[in-house]
Amino acid sequence: MDLRFTPEEIAFREEVRTFIRESLPADIHARMKLGHSPSKEDIVRWQRILNAKGWAGLSWPKEWGGTGWTAIQKMIFLEENQMAPAPELSSFNITMIGPVLIQFGTEAQKKRFLPRAANIDDWWCQGFSEPGAGSDLASLKTAAKLEGDHYVVNGQKIWTSTAHMADWCFLLVRTNPNARKRQEGISFILVDMKTPGITVRPILSIDGAHHLNEVFFDDVKVPTENLVHQENKGWDVAKFLLGNERTGIARLGKSKERVNASIDMAHHVNANGRPLINDPVFRQRVAQLQVDMKALEITQYRVVSAHDKAGGDRPDPLSSVLKVKGTELLQATTELAIDVAGPMATPIWAQELAAMNEPDDMLEASSASVGSYLFLRAASIYGGTNEIQKNILTKAVLGL
Amino acid sequence: MDFEPSDDQRLLIESVSRMLADNYSFAQRKTYIATPEGWSTAMWSQLAELGLLGLPFPEQYGGYGGGPQETMLVMQAFGRVLVVEPYFPTVILGGAAIMAAGTDAQKQAILPAIAEGSLKMAFAHSERQARYDLNDVVTTAKKDGDAWILDGSKTVVAHGDSADKLIVSARTSGERYDTDGITLFLVDTNAEGVARRGYITRDESRAADISLSNVRVTEVLGTPGKGLAIVEKIVEAGIAATAAETVGAMEAMNEMTLEYSKTRVQFGNPIGTYQVVQHRMADMFMTAEQGRSMAMLATMSLENDDPAERAHDMAMAKVGVGQAGRYVSQSAVQMHGGIGMTEEYAVGHYFRRCMVIERLFGDPAYYLQRLADEVA
Repeated sequence: MDLRFTPEEIAFREEVRTFIRESLPADIHARMKLGHSPSKEDIVRWQRILNAKGWAGLSWPKEWGGTGWTAIQKMIFLEENQMAPAPELSSFNITMIGPVLIQFGTEAQKKRFLPRAANIDDWWCQGFSEPGAGSDLASLKTAAKLEGDHYVVNGQKIWTSTAHMADWCFLLVRTNPNARKRQEGISFILVDMKTPGITVRPILSIDGAHHLNEVFFDDVKVPTENLVHQENKGWDVAKFLLGNERTGIARLGKSKERVNASIDMAHHVNANGRPLINDPVFRQRVAQLQVDMKALEITQYRVVSAHDKAGGDRPDPLSSVLKVKGTELLQATTELAIDVAGPMATPIWAQELAAMNEPDDMLEASSASVGSYLFLRAASIYGGTNEIQKNILTKAVLGL
Repeated sequence: MDFEPSDDQRLLIESVSRMLADNYSFAQRKTYIATPEGWSTAMWSQLAELGLLGLPFPEQYGGYGGGPQETMLVMQAFGRVLVVEPYFPTVILGGAAIMAAGTDAQKQAILPAIAEGSLKMAFAHSERQARYDLNDVVTTAKKDGDAWILDGSKTVVAHGDSADKLIVSARTSGERYDTDGITLFLVDTNAEGVARRGYITRDESRAADISLSNVRVTEVLGTPGKGLAIVEKIVEAGIAATAAETVGAMEAMNEMTLEYSKTRVQFGNPIGTYQVVQHRMADMFMTAEQGRSMAMLATMSLENDDPAERAHDMAMAKVGVGQAGRYVSQSAVQMHGGIGMTEEYAVGHYFRRCMVIERLFGDPAYYLQRLADEVA
């Protein structure tokens, strides 16, 4: 047992930090510093730089362009990248479809999709939830009927983030409606979003932005070569995807970066006749967040290194702890940010910001903080709601 | 970073756990508390035999050369069964004081005696007016030839009633709150002018109020006037150890609660089948794990040579573990319902131990304010 970072780990952190500082495009960095979410173009640009460096396939095996890093190194990278702040690796590409194909894909599927996923030549999206299948995912109804060398897909997905910008979708479909158990009739297939019969309809979320979509499938033909794993074994793939590589799910570096940004801003706004940074209630609130972030940081290192030691190929129920605690913290940091923004959090500044000749960083950061606050209410809903995570803990850890 | 215990550490956990399983059931513990000492002298001998009383001391002083991690593992095991023997004041606090500031002769005289079980110590620092401020010392020590004359009083000194030797802090110069001018003394409890009033504490441990009136002392620990830095090191060792003890207590409470949820039937089903109970237990589990991480932070920072960083980490650990212990222990009582309220059932005893540890050397609010002062 040695709870300190090794000299190698410290040197690694320095290497990562230096590379990001020297390679992250200045315009992307400036936007993210103000709290804006990165655009698709920002994400693609940065991931291609990382991919050229050999750092995009974070936890993939080396033969598929992975880093070969230890669990601790991966966490260090994620934290440094989030704290920079730089766009995060595409989770759909890197922590979802990549590991799924590495674990379950055919050689041909790996060759075809993995290099393009690492470089975001294909932008992936996730077709899981349906209007009647949210937390109860196994009740999904979108049907795929085998007809010769292809499936014909009919049905509807919902909450499909970035479907409107995606090239490919990994999709859960029902291939056997008569299976003994609902979970046994589900398959995992890959769908080209340009296939005829797919309609993407935007859903505006409470931040007024377009992240989410409904996706309709109307006699969509998918070649059988795009089936991953075996027919009717898709639930295993989905479970693997949801449990695997949730290590980055806490997004702790993001929380740290956001708290630091709020501290910076608190120097420039007043409360009760003094700078907010000198307000004791504000300071205690920050201190409490720092304590909670420290605890989660260590918990995270514990969970990922234990998972790594155990072989790292099985879903770890303890990642539910990271999900719940990480998203609670992330949400708390967005609340801190809008409370610093104060009354400036109320208006929608988009037009004013666009019309301005001189940039107003305070206005822009206030506006961005509200967007994050509103949209990140989703953090405790997506990826399995925090209530579902507690069900998982009840079953897998408490054994009830 | 590597969180796996070594083979030696595994053996240590096993032997301590086995010994406690044989000797420290809740019923056995009751009989220890019922003795005149309030703890078991036989158990004390067993701890000596197992080598635990000398665990953190260097081998040249009769110890086993264990580090903070070994202490953490032992304190976790103690926390699981609520050990009441004076291990904490003697080995943890006394040991830390002597190792941090003792001369070679003092180490030779004291550490082997602790290790063999013949010497018990207590840390007589806290004063009534000081609450948690370590620099608030008004007990005085005045030079008299080659000796010092101590006057003042100390309060809630853990196991002060059974100690053979006290580490007493006193002001040799300056005013109340001055960080300079505090000196530590080694005082025999049978010295003339030392009066002790022992009592039981809420966690069924023992403590004493100690008055010092015209006590003549010759033995100084560390450099005169520079005692506060030693006090801080002693307190840090105490924080790390009790953080680990809290982790053990949280483990035990969570296990008890889970077990109870499987056997207690209401509305025709075990209460553990109800989601509202399940989610509370999931929260208790997550909170305990976060607390465990913070106890590890405290342990880890004992080896940090930078006093400011150490103090910062200790404050974080004190807040994190204190809050975790409070949540888990309150929840454990709640999940047990009426039976959790009773003296006869174990869970309430864990609850009270957590409450006592939470306010030892400063509570979460106290340390949170310190961290808040650092925000910049």
